[in-house]
Amino acid sequence: MTDDTLLSARGLNLRFGAIPALVDVAVDLWPGEVLAIVGESGSGKTTLLNVLSGRLRPDDGVVWYRDPSGRLHDVHAMPAPKLRALHRSDWGFVQQDPRSALRMGVSAGGNVGERLMAQGLRHYGSIREQAIDWLRQVEIDAARVDDMPRTFSGGMLQRLQIARTLVTHPRLVFMDEPTGGLDVSVQARLLDLIRSLVARLNIAAVLVTHDLAVARLLAHRIVVMQRGVVVEAGLTDQVLDDPQHAYTQLLVSSVLQA
Amino acid sequence: MTPMLQTAGLGKHFTLHLRGGLTIPVLQDVDFHVAAGECVALVGPSGAGKTTLLRSLYGNYRADQGSIQVRHHGSMVELARAAPRLVVDVRAHSMGYVSQFLRVVPRVPALDIVAEAARGLSPEEARDRAAALLLRLNIPRRLHALPPATFSGGEQQRINLARGFIGRHPILLLDEPTASLDAGNRDIVVSMIDEAKAAGIAIVGIFHDVSTRDRVADRTYSVAPLQDAA
Ligand SMILES: Nc1ncnc2c1ncn2[C@@H]1O[C@H](COP(=O)(O)OP(=O)(O)OP(=O)(O)O)[C@@H](O)[C@H]1O
Ligand SMILES: Nc1ncnc2c1ncn2[C@@H]1O[C@H](COP(=O)(O)OP(=O)(O)OP(=O)(O)O)[C@@H](O)[C@H]1O
Ligand SMILES: [Mg+2]
Ligand SMILES: [Mg+2]
Repeated sequence: MTDDTLLSARGLNLRFGAIPALVDVAVDLWPGEVLAIVGESGSGKTTLLNVLSGRLRPDDGVVWYRDPSGRLHDVHAMPAPKLRALHRSDWGFVQQDPRSALRMGVSAGGNVGERLMAQGLRHYGSIREQAIDWLRQVEIDAARVDDMPRTFSGGMLQRLQIARTLVTHPRLVFMDEPTGGLDVSVQARLLDLIRSLVARLNIAAVLVTHDLAVARLLAHRIVVMQRGVVVEAGLTDQVLDDPQHAYTQLLVSSVLQA
Repeated sequence: MTPMLQTAGLGKHFTLHLRGGLTIPVLQDVDFHVAAGECVALVGPSGAGKTTLLRSLYGNYRADQGSIQVRHHGSMVELARAAPRLVVDVRAHSMGYVSQFLRVVPRVPALDIVAEAARGLSPEEARDRAAALLLRLNIPRRLHALPPATFSGGEQQRINLARGFIGRHPILLLDEPTASLDAGNRDIVVSMIDEAKAAGIAIVGIFHDVSTRDRVADRTYSVAPLQDAA
């Protein structure tokens, strides 16, 4: 159990006009740990994810990332090219809509291989081999490697996005509602896949979801947001089974079984 | 005898914000301990707080007052209001829990659910031990590859038991482990508990079935109902 955090945020504040999207938010993430951000629509989950990953600048506050050599980086003070390099190597981002993350005009294999090429890999045969291996890991038939994403179902597209994200072995993955908009049966399959990949590869993840059952299944810890404020945080099963805050009690009581 | 788990002045109440802040005091000044190789049964009337105590020991419920000391990697650590990461680590290495009902994971076969809970084994060894445990609990091989969502209550409970026992955690908490089992399977669980005790595992359990309790428990701990303060 290392005491060094992988990601650490303090004093995050962000307003959109009159809307307080983040109010004095603090977050810590340790290596190999999955943290879920839950809360109702509009509570600031996506905003927090975007600020943590450097995609959106807060009005106030700081986000620290510790690189593999132990050096700390102030995510919002990094030069843009360095942050982009981080997103290509150590980090991964899984969007709710895979179409906005994938290159729809490039084959499935090309979508996966592209991330490797962006890292400087040049050997075509090995790139293709790894792409096929990753398609297999996300349960896409290797025979589909040259097919275009537009011929894929929604669940397959999401799995393709996950393959594209994980092929570079990121240490930290940000996920925004990765199972949103999918059929329940497709969701279950995807969740199982994410669960086993994250555990096997020892990936740390920040996962935004409004679904408490998803949080329970995947996350070690949970952060509950209401109107930009973290109202409760802790061990996932403790927060869901013994919620302390009125808003968390409401959230838990409004679902059938989480 | 080596102390494995010890509480002092443990207190727990629930505040129901959705019911106007109603307060339900459940545990007060609980001084409880269990040593290696010992089985302590929690007894008391329905609603007294036995499950609440067990869940508090596991960190599933938040202890409001007092201390919960647990032997972890050779020394006693404080679990009451501990950092979530420490609780996760204690659960991974030192303390197992068998809940009354299995919380099924979609799509994951029974064998994998059990094997995933093993400690310090290669994936093959874990699967072998999981299969052996399931067979011992009379879960036939043809069910091992199926997700337990469609299993009967008793079958699910036996999956849960296999998952709780496979890790051989030094401390094991059991909430009604035999409630939905027939006499034959209950005998098997009793022998598994006896073997765990012989191996030095400390067990805290709730057993409504008095004959089962008498067979496994070295002593009992009474959880008495508190008066509602509100
Ligand atoms: N670019 C923006 N401009 C103005 N307001 C914004 C912007 N982005 C977010 N907001 C507002 O900030 C609040 C938080 O939005 P956010 O997208 O973080 O919510 P969320 O918790 O992810 O919700 P959902 O579950 O619906 O995705 C909302 O009130 C939203 O309308
Ligand atoms: N998560 C919870 N939120 C609110 N109240 C709870 C919660 N869990 C338990 N309680 C309350 O705490 C009291 C003790 O319940 P508990 O389940 O611990 O009893 P028990 O002794 O295990 O009873 P039984 O023998 O019927 O299982 C009850 O009044 C119960 O309603
Ligand atoms: Mg959102
Ligand atoms: Mg009970």
